[in-house]
Amino acid sequence: MADGKRGDRDHNNPPDDEAALSARLERLGERIATANRHPEQDDDVRSNAKASAYARGFRMSTELVAGVLVGGGLGWLLDRWLGISPWGLILFLLLGFAAGVLNVMRAAGVVSEQSERLKPK
Amino acid sequence: MAADPIHQFRIVEFFPVAHIGKTEIAFTNSALFMLAAVVIITAFLIIGTAKKGLVPTRLQSAAELSYEFVATTVRSTAGSEGMKFFPFVFTLFMFVLTLNFIGLVPYTFTVTSHIIVTAALAIMVFLTVLLYGLYRHGFHFFNLFVPKGVPIAILPLIVFIEVLSFVSRPISHSVRLFANMLAGHITLQVFAGFIILMGSAMGAIGWIGGILPFGMIVILMALETLVAFLQAYVFAILTCIYLNDAIHPGH
Repeated sequence: MADGKRGDRDHNNPPDDEAALSARLERLGERIATANRHPEQDDDVRSNAKASAYARGFRMSTELVAGVLVGGGLGWLLDRWLGISPWGLILFLLLGFAAGVLNVMRAAGVVSEQSERLKPK
Repeated sequence: MAADPIHQFRIVEFFPVAHIGKTEIAFTNSALFMLAAVVIITAFLIIGTAKKGLVPTRLQSAAELSYEFVATTVRSTAGSEGMKFFPFVFTLFMFVLTLNFIGLVPYTFTVTSHIIVTAALAIMVFLTVLLYGLYRHGFHFFNLFVPKGVPIAILPLIVFIEVLSFVSRPISHSVRLFANMLAGHITLQVFAGFIILMGSAMGAIGWIGGILPFGMIVILMALETLVAFLQAYVFAILTCIYLNDAIHPGH
């Protein structure tokens, strides 16, 4: 580890050496910086990776069904209101299936989340 | 009753509370168990945090653990800014978790096995995301549905699919919790029914054979305990992920 290396070098140089002291200060500064950076990095990590595989499996299975259900439901309602049966159901089931696949890909982390689009460039 | 695994989900009306139009609003067993959950959570947190000992008692460390657990989840999913929604997520998590665990006790009623309850919770999350997102970002919030670099010809189609995907969230959110609880409790009841069925049909041999489904119930019970916790956790973490859309650190 870095600690071992540093110990060796400190041993070789006399401790009152100006250069060694400034080098040690620099290393300390770096270590403090990395220690402080850590919690902020955690903010960005999506916890998808942390949730257990079991939980993720449950999530995937319902995402697809939900998309198809919403599409089918909307299509059925439009059919009833506009009297265009069965075209609304056919079209919206297909769209709903697409949305369901999109959901699953989002849950799997293949496609970026919608919220990424709100980020100013 | 043993042959009817759905019986456990029956809503029983105790007494009428109010009338909305012609619809009677009754105090049901579902409401009773929700009330029980609220009382249990409140008592757990008040008693747990009453002493405020430097060296925590068992109850205090359990209360602190539940806080830490949800706080870590919120921070890692929705960022530090998401902590303003911590009370909301914590309430949802504790409510669902307690209801799931109460449901594991035999002869109790599992509130979260009714889709109307989970749907109400999911729609509440959905509306919170929608309203706070609009309040925070204004019209810019609808950029959520517009992907970059898509040819203008198929853009309307893509936007429509994105909207459908957004709208399907409360459904997957509620169905997941409800379906897991419903399926688990039906499975338990069916296996329990096997014991009665074998016992009454084959006498002593049947009762001895009943050890097999009984062993299955023990195993399933362990699985159900895991599912009860996991589904509450998934519900909370998805709430955070959805809230993250609305909060999003716009720096």
